[in-house]
Amino acid sequence: MTTIVLYGLRESLRRKMFTVVLVLTLFFLALYGWGVHAAFKDTQSFVGPGQGTLDPDQLAGAIVFGLAMFATLFLGAVLAVFLTLNVVRGDAEAGLLQPLVVRPIGRTQLLVARFLGAAGVCVAYVLVVYFVSLGITNWAGGWVPDRIVAPGVELAAAVVVVAALATAGSVFLAPIANGIGTLMVFGAGLMAGLLGEIGHAINSHKLQHISRIAWWFIPFDALYEDALHRLTIDTTGFAKFVLQLGPFGGSHHAGPALLVWSAVYLVLILAAAVAAFSARDL
Amino acid sequence: MPAVLAARGLEKRYGRTQALAGVDVEVGEGQLVGLLGPNGAGKSTLVKIACGLVRPSGGEVEVCGVAAGSAAARRSLGYLAELFRFPSWTSADELLTLHQRLAGSRGGTEERAELLELVGLAHARTTRVAAMSKGMQQRLGIAQALVGSPRLLLLDEPTSALDPAGRRVVRGLLEELRRRGTSVLLNSHLLSEVELVCDHVVIVDHGRVVAAGTPDDLRRQGGVEVETATGTKAFRDARRGDVPRIVRELVAAGEEIYGVRLVASSLEDIYLEVVD
Repeated sequence: MTTIVLYGLRESLRRKMFTVVLVLTLFFLALYGWGVHAAFKDTQSFVGPGQGTLDPDQLAGAIVFGLAMFATLFLGAVLAVFLTLNVVRGDAEAGLLQPLVVRPIGRTQLLVARFLGAAGVCVAYVLVVYFVSLGITNWAGGWVPDRIVAPGVELAAAVVVVAALATAGSVFLAPIANGIGTLMVFGAGLMAGLLGEIGHAINSHKLQHISRIAWWFIPFDALYEDALHRLTIDTTGFAKFVLQLGPFGGSHHAGPALLVWSAVYLVLILAAAVAAFSARDL
Repeated sequence: MPAVLAARGLEKRYGRTQALAGVDVEVGEGQLVGLLGPNGAGKSTLVKIACGLVRPSGGEVEVCGVAAGSAAARRSLGYLAELFRFPSWTSADELLTLHQRLAGSRGGTEERAELLELVGLAHARTTRVAAMSKGMQQRLGIAQALVGSPRLLLLDEPTSALDPAGRRVVRGLLEELRRRGTSVLLNSHLLSEVELVCDHVVIVDHGRVVAAGTPDDLRRQGGVEVETATGTKAFRDARRGDVPRIVRELVAAGEEIYGVRLVASSLEDIYLEVVD
């Protein structure tokens, strides 16, 4: 098992795509540093300190860091999809999988290990980008979120769910179809989250209901929104209301049931993938 | 001779296509069996079922006395697929190390060095797969299949990407494996190769075994040809024992004889005869 996890890790890190993501991430972080510096400066003149109900540092900090978390989720999801889109069918068609499957390790361990290898890379990536973004935000405006570790962990968990979906998709679909399909599911999840925000803004219970149902089907958005929620969990009043309607998906408390469901969902998706892989001719 | 691989009444359907329709094949301990047949005959399916990549629709296959596809069966075999690829970033040594770990082999550096030497890649221990020619990768594939000294080796077209020199290396390797007592099922299109190295030949067509036996059994006596002053005279039903009589009769009839040849059908003739 460990051998395949390490094999998966090495394969992930040696892919050209990983280098591309690293370069894009550095570009994003540089742009973010520049942007967050300007945002803190401009909000000081927009809302002077102590002149209203909004703390400008909190407003700028929570919103731009929310943007950083959205970008981290997006980059992490792209990385997760590209690392797992060909785990079964793609590798089988390329002839990479058969020499491994005929070894005594077995299909269940092989698939789970490949998933763990890719998920490990994604979690490390998301946590590094999250904490570097947090460091940049703190350096530029002195702002720190109400909760520091939990939002990063939830963001990483959201990306792990995407990786599990792409791993399961790889059993049934060719790599390109799987990549497109998983990213469309990812987009649909974010879209459902935005619909929920619109529902809150216009007080539409139907839209909010649609969003909540989507959370149960594709819970990574619930994890993302809960992570955003924890950034300003201790904030109250008008500031809380403004921050809740953030431009990149709102912050909402998912509740313990959805967090538990996310873990169960992950296990169910992987179990379905293993069952389908075990029955598949290669 | 105990069977290392035994397939009985093996069937496989892919939708409406019957790939195997009741195949019986046995590979004995230390035996080198050649599997022949046209494209789509079911040879690769048979090999894939034996190593657990494909599930049979009917019949049964045992590897070293246990059901094919089980962990115990996979521990006893080595496999080289017809179409395979190794990660381009691994070196020959790293790849063999990976397979040693997966196969539970304790051979270590010594086994890796010996395998690379055996397939003529001792000089390429640290060469990455990306820098290897197709032929080198094919030989590395054979080395990979031999990791852990399997009792049964399943080779699916192992010489398809090799030049004549590479094929000779593989032939030598197969003979060495026979000497060591490793059982081999060799799926190949190269009849001459199978004829040269195999103890037993199985010809499959349309998912059925259409001929089986030793190469000598399959090669049939095809008569006697006598070269005379008036041309070559063929005696289709004659055998070696008939030669003195035929020569006497021809001489008595006033023919001048320049040569006598026993005609035997080659494996290729038999193959073409039994395969549609």
